[in-house]
This record gives sequence, C-alpha cells and structure tokens, in this order.
Amino acid sequence: MERLRRTMMFVPGANPAMLRDAILYGADSVMFDLEDAVSLKEKDTARVLVYSALKTFDYSSVETVVRVNALDAGGKQDIEAMVLGGINVIRLPKTETAQDIIDVDAVITAVEAKYDIPAGTTHMMAAIESAEGVLNAREIAKASDRMIGIALGAEDYVTSQKTRRYPDGAELSFARNYILHSARAAGIAAIDTVYSDVDNEEGLRHETELIKQLGFDGKSVINPRQIPVINGIYAPTIKEVQKAQEVMAGIREAEAKGSGVIAVNGQMVDKPIVERAERVLALAKATNMEVD
Amino acid sequence: MVENKLKREIPAKYAEQYGVYDGEFAHIDSYQAATKTIKPIKPNDSKLLGSIHEAIVKTGLKDGMTISFHHHFREGDFVMNMVLDEIAKMGIKNLSIAPSSIANVHAPLIDHIKNGVVTNITSSGLRDKVGAAISSGIMANPVVIRSHGGRARAIASGDIHIDVAFLGAPSSDEYGNINGTKGKATCGSLGYAMVDAKYADQVVAITDSLMPYPNTPISIPQTDVDYVVQVDAIGDPDGIAKGATRFTKNPKELLIAEYAAKVITASSYFKNGFSFQTGSGGAALAVSRFLRQTMIDEDVKASFALGGITNAMVEMQKEGLVDKLIDVQDFDHPSAISLAENADHYEIDANMYASPLSKGAVINQLDIAILSALEVDTDFNVNVITGSDGVLRGASGGHSDTSAACKLSMVIAPVVRGRIPTIVDAVTTVVTPGSSVDVVVTELGIAINPARQDLVDMFKGLKVPQLTIDELKDKAYAITGVPEKIEYGDQTVALIEYRDGSLIDVVKNV
Repeated sequence: MERLRRTMMFVPGANPAMLRDAILYGADSVMFDLEDAVSLKEKDTARVLVYSALKTFDYSSVETVVRVNALDAGGKQDIEAMVLGGINVIRLPKTETAQDIIDVDAVITAVEAKYDIPAGTTHMMAAIESAEGVLNAREIAKASDRMIGIALGAEDYVTSQKTRRYPDGAELSFARNYILHSARAAGIAAIDTVYSDVDNEEGLRHETELIKQLGFDGKSVINPRQIPVINGIYAPTIKEVQKAQEVMAGIREAEAKGSGVIAVNGQMVDKPIVERAERVLALAKATNMEVD
Repeated sequence: MVENKLKREIPAKYAEQYGVYDGEFAHIDSYQAATKTIKPIKPNDSKLLGSIHEAIVKTGLKDGMTISFHHHFREGDFVMNMVLDEIAKMGIKNLSIAPSSIANVHAPLIDHIKNGVVTNITSSGLRDKVGAAISSGIMANPVVIRSHGGRARAIASGDIHIDVAFLGAPSSDEYGNINGTKGKATCGSLGYAMVDAKYADQVVAITDSLMPYPNTPISIPQTDVDYVVQVDAIGDPDGIAKGATRFTKNPKELLIAEYAAKVITASSYFKNGFSFQTGSGGAALAVSRFLRQTMIDEDVKASFALGGITNAMVEMQKEGLVDKLIDVQDFDHPSAISLAENADHYEIDANMYASPLSKGAVINQLDIAILSALEVDTDFNVNVITGSDGVLRGASGGHSDTSAACKLSMVIAPVVRGRIPTIVDAVTTVVTPGSSVDVVVTELGIAINPARQDLVDMFKGLKVPQLTIDELKDKAYAITGVPEKIEYGDQTVALIEYRDGSLIDVVKNV
C-alpha cells in the first residue's frame, strides 16, 4: 500500500521554530524549503538548519521532503546535506525535462555512495511549473526509479501561459490532467499546487473537491490551517468505509475458501475494487475514523 | 531554613512570620475581620480637593504608612506614578505600597525604591523592568507576592492594613460615588479596588471625569470615600485595553486551544448549566471560540462565565450561550461597556471572586478554569511569576485561587517557548501547587494529573494524544537540552504567599 500524501506542507528552511513545529499539524508530508522561501543571503543558514533539524527532531511520523535549489545554484550542496541528514525525498523545482531528473539522480547516487548509504534510499519528486515541463511530464515521471511523485506548481505555470489563477481553475485544466495521467502511467503520486489565499477556506474547499474528483493524491499547503480542510475532504464517508470493509471481509473469506473470484452483496469484486477499498480504509484510518 | 510541604526552602524568619504552605486548605480557619478608622463627613463638608498634593496633606500621610492602588488600568495607568511622584516631592519616606498589581508602565517606581520613598511592596505581579530591578536586589525587604484572592484575604484579615487607598476612578461625583463604566478611562469592573475601598482607613478617588451627583451605577459608594481629586487624565485607554487580544491565527496556539476545548467538551462537567473561566491571551481566547462551536452544536448552555471578562465571553452571553457574566475585571473595552449595559453582566469584588477566607467565593462554584503557565513541572506545580532565568516577570493573578477551587483546572502552554522548556523537572518558583492542577494541555497532547484517576478514566476515549507529564518534559528537553541551574545570591527578594497567607516559595536575587 503506497503512503498517503493528502497534504504536503511547505516549511521555510530558515525558520527554526517552524522546523521544530512542522510535525504538529497532521500533514502527511512536510516539505522543507531551501529555494524560494529562503532569501539569497540565508541559503547556507537554511541548509545547515534543515540538516540539524533532521538530525535533532523526530520526524518519523511524517514523510520528509526538501525543495532544493537548482544544481547550479547551490543544489548540489543542498542535496549532499539533505541526503546525509536522512531526508526521504528530494524535490526538484522548475523541472523542464527528464534530463533534469537524471542529473539530480546522479548527484544523489554519488552522495549515497560517498557516505555508504544504500543506493536508492533517497527518493525524488519533481515540481512542474512551465509549459515545457507539463509537456514533458510523462518522461519526467519515468526518468528515475527514485521518483515517487510529480507536483504542479501553478504560480509560475500560469504566468508562463500568459494567464493568472481563476476561481474555477479552468486555466489549469490541461496541466492538471496531463500531470495526473503522467503520474498514473508511471505509477507514482500526483500532487496539486498550493492554494495561496490562506483566509479563503471556501475557495480551498472548492479547489480540493475538484482535484480529489480528478484523482490527485493531495495538495501542497502553505499554512497548517489548510490541513484539516483538505483532510476533511479526503476523508471517506461512513458508507464508503462500510462498503470497503465488506469488500475486504469478502476477500479474506474467499482466500480462506481458496476461491479466486468473489462477490460481495451480489456484485463481483475484482482487483480495482479491492485497491479502491484499501485506499478508502487507509484514508479512514488517517482521518481517525473508527476502523477495525 | 524550613522546608514546606512542596520541599521548597523558606528562610526561618519568614517561615515564622508567615507560616509555611502545608496543603491547599490547611490554614483555613475562622478569624476576626479587619476594622478601619472612619473620619465622618458632616452635611456641609466638601470632599472635592484641588490636587493630589492637597489630598496627601489632608490624609495626613506619614513616613511608614501603607498606601494602595488598583491595576484595572493595566499598562495605561497614570495614577500610581502621579501619586508616588508627588509623595516623593513632599519628602515622605519608608512607605509600604500595596497595588493589586504592577505593570511595565510603573518603571518610575524603581527610583522611588532607590530613594527610600518605597521600602515595602506587596503585589500580584512585577513586570519586566521593575521585576528585573527587584530581582537584582534593590530592596532590603522582599516583595510579598499575593494572588488576587490572597490579597483580598490579606486585606480582609488585616495582614495588609491600608492607611490610604489612592483609587483611579473612571467616573466619580463630588461625593465619591464611583464606577468604571463611564468617563474617559473606562475599565469596566472595579473588583480589585472595591476591596481597598471597603477596608482602607482613608480613600482618595482620583478622577478625570467628574459626574453630577449621584453618579450611578455605584461600584464604590460615597460611604467608603474620603476625598475626590480631579486631574487631567488618569489613564490611557489604549493601555487599559492591553488585555485585549485578537483571535489568534498562530497555528500552534490554535492547536492547543482545540485540544483544550476537546478536553472540556469530553468532560462530565460539560452539560447545561456548567460554568467556566478562560482568562485572556491568544490560546485562551481561541478556547472560547472552539467551546462556543461545540456548545452550539450540542445545544449546551453555561450558567455563568467568570473572570477576567473578554469580548469573546460577552458575545457568547449575547448569543444566549452563557446566562450570566461574573466580572472582577475587564480585559477589553467591549466588556467594560457590556458591564454598564447588561443586567446579566455582574460586577463582583476580589473578595467574592476568590478569597479563601470569605464566606464562599464564586470560584468555589466554578466548574472549569483555563489557566496559563510560564513553567509546569513533573509534579504539576506551576510557575507564573519568574522566568527560567529566575527573574521576577509575571503575576500570581488568580492562578492558585481558581485552580484550587474549581472542579477541572487546565493549564495550557506550549511544551517549548523559543528555546526554553515550559515543562520542566522542577519549576523555578512555585505559585500553584501541583495538587490543584488537573490537566496540562500542550501542542503535543495532554497530561492528566495521576491524582485525578477519575479524569484518567473520563478521558480514555478522548481523541487527543495523551502523555505522562514526564514524557512531555522529555520531549521538551529533547529539543532544548536540560536547563542549566540558575545561580542565585543569598538575598530573598520576594516571598510567594499561597492564597491562605502561608509561604509556598521564595525568590532569591540573581
């Protein structure tokens, strides 16, 4: 069962208190930012701080992700420090081509070898933030075995498209669908962009319902207050949970009897239905619903 | 040295003078109430005087006397500085002052201490500059820190005998009928000042809003007031509203508040007719918000909210979620206005609020209290008076009173502030004994006092992380490291009275 990534929370890398408190708010993944949220003169500070945080605080309850700088702008040093710190995922911003991923993969591979870290320990994800990136999403998603997901970065993307964000999200329709298809074809996660109007809970709710319907794993978030809203929308209904439990019970019964094909409540249950049931139960558990 | 019940060392001479803490209700005995000397006013006498100087002369204030002030104006108070400056000019020395609390704005007090004008202080709290000066050892005699209920007890029992009370009066008539809801510097309830007025030998009302006779409503009556002085300004409304806090957007405060509200609503006390006190501060106000929503959702109404009234409580009362507001002080302007306009918003004095030696304080009827803390230790003792550096910078307030008397006392605090642990092995200074504290609520989850096994059982199904207090401390120390021991001097700079008058701790100079 692949892990849940309903919420991936940005944490500015140069803010020690926020690094300390990052685990408190129920995000599935926390993403330490060494890139845009850090001013040029604080790049080294942020790198050292995040490394120290990884070594000091217990982040075992979340997935740790770091947004590194471009390889020619401190990214190599970022990757070395983060891999050594034991980060779970290196996230490359502004990914345009599969080669970008291959280049970062090579740096990670070298660092893992240098410090005797088992090869492949460090995962990767890519943020896609331009027309070029979107059109190459399929190759990007498959460019490395380290890849666990691709994410849409909408702010740069809409600018490159000569538009802006609209409440209905029509301007992101193609990018969202293409990134989602690319992710699914590669068997990795698809993460939607941030919703930057922190005080507009209704807008966040609307956008999250849309991307959940499309099939995204979740969203990036910029404020802890957004997490319960998103988790609430991803939470299954009690009816969905009951149905999933029946499916899983049917499967166990069929396995006990040694029969291959099963039916629950008169409906045939096959692999996709089982996979959906597993995800519903995982979501239910993550939202603290009572699940046996 | 004498060790009290909490194993805190009390110097022998103070132990003998005050007694030492021996349990929450160990020293509750009947007593003879204090008396006062009254100078009767005859039909043609005028109480109105031209200046503070004249009032000091008329009262016959002399070296060695005790004067008092109230702290309803908080950081906006002009009265204490004005009066002490005048007293200093007149050459009066060796005074004891008994303000209900001391704010940052009272920093000029430091010079009056150094010049020998003020030689004894009792107060609920001491803020940054004055606290630091006193911690450095500028006074020969230790400051006596008293809780709000403890101060009322000390005045009512004669431990504090006030010769002259100089009371800032937001509005007064020429004959001394005072309230806090009219005038230029409205503060709402005058709950702390009312005790002074009742027991002081002489009372000087200092006002900037002289009203036609009779000035009603009457919080402090003419029968308790000797003189009335009109001045240009007694306080700064912005400073008076310093207790006002906007609804926090800080996610950590919101998380703590959400946990606290869940504890309250999961408790057996949360039912129609329950009562609560939340105090001020971001997280405390946020508790009211979360609580409000559950009260609406579950159709539960409170019989009263006590305090320390804030606008959040006033709004809940207007919505019909709370029947009555019982008010010893107001933290913001809307609650001060509500006291004037709303018959179900009732003013009480500090004696009725919290005195352990009254014939039953309101806190005895209180179900749930939300309290803050600078430090909590693994015995659940709470420090609200000294920083982790040992320097006086907080206030005892109603902390030990409320937590001793209410049915469910909850202390809310982050596990770590900056790089300083809040949950520690032993608090720097004990203000409230751990036996009074039922639940500690932090951003990492809650710790229930094991002495309250009933609560442990009550909260078994509660969907808030539950840890032991030692686990919380370990998590704090994992971030901050183990704090270094503070190096104190030999001088005792403050005595921490428990609400019953015994000494629960002392503070040494640093």
